[in-house]
Amino acid sequence: MTRVGVVIFPGSNGDEDALQAIGLADGEPVALWHEAASLDGVGAVILPGGFAYGDYLRAGVIARFSPVMRAVAAFAAEGGLVLGICNGFQVLAEAGLVPGALLRNRRLRFLGRDVTVVPERLDTPFTRALATRGPLRLPIAHGEGCYYADEATLDQLERDGQVLFRYVAADGGPAAPGDDRANPNGSLRAIAGVLNAAGNVAGLMPHPERAAEAVLRNDDGLAIIRSLVESAAERAASAGPVLVGTAP
Amino acid sequence: MSPTFRFAVNVTPKAGILDPQGRAVEQSLPHLGVSGVSAIRVGRRVELSVEASDAAAARLVVERLAGELLSNPLIETFQIDPLGAASSLVGEPSR
Repeated sequence: MTRVGVVIFPGSNGDEDALQAIGLADGEPVALWHEAASLDGVGAVILPGGFAYGDYLRAGVIARFSPVMRAVAAFAAEGGLVLGICNGFQVLAEAGLVPGALLRNRRLRFLGRDVTVVPERLDTPFTRALATRGPLRLPIAHGEGCYYADEATLDQLERDGQVLFRYVAADGGPAAPGDDRANPNGSLRAIAGVLNAAGNVAGLMPHPERAAEAVLRNDDGLAIIRSLVESAAERAASAGPVLVGTAP
Repeated sequence: MSPTFRFAVNVTPKAGILDPQGRAVEQSLPHLGVSGVSAIRVGRRVELSVEASDAAAARLVVERLAGELLSNPLIETFQIDPLGAASSLVGEPSR
């Protein structure tokens, strides 16, 4: 079974949900402590939501310098799959592992509610198990989720297919400029998730792991976690010779 | 023992970056009966003491911290103010 790690920072609060969602997606969840120097051989890593290190200074910045992030950066550089959710997205952005930054929500308030997003692509390790490009309902819970990059970077992201998810109106149509219902944090170009240039690291503000089972009356997010588990399994299989012979 | 130098690092949102905190402060001004005040930008100030052989060496350390940790160069700028040389046990020197 594919092992997928979840990093636990002091102040993480989405770690248990992420571990549970990995199990629901038929992966083997592995908790990774923030002081760990290695990723324990996992096939993919999730940086969960929460308030790592109290969000002091700027959300994500202190977590960026924790020992486990050195291992995550090395893993990502080798093509390892990394998904940052909410605070995890902020950590990835601060670490420069995905482009852009997350600013204070445009209306300043912390937002805890459901949003509607659409995937821009279904051919990524994070969206391949989604059946369609149809809208998903996912919860958000953040104070700093306003995606920012300069205009040239935004154009480049659009051109190179690095926009992963966008906030849309409830009916799936594009979010009109200034539509606080559809794009509640004021993200530029309504960007809710991005990919790095190589396509193996993704940051996402909404929480797929909090909408991953029917008992919660919403499992729209499960396919995102399942995509990650399947992609990690495929990657491990293609790296087969490396794994053979590691048994004592 | 190396001398200690004290600095303040002022971090503010880059020009052109929306600063909703600054805007919220601005919107409160009419309640105070104040007019004619605009372009409010809210940032943060970090004060720190650095042990180093001289002021220039201390400043290099502060510049590195300001650029890598205290500010995010994508969205913020910083300005370093020396608060004067101080022996390590003395509090903030008078300016």
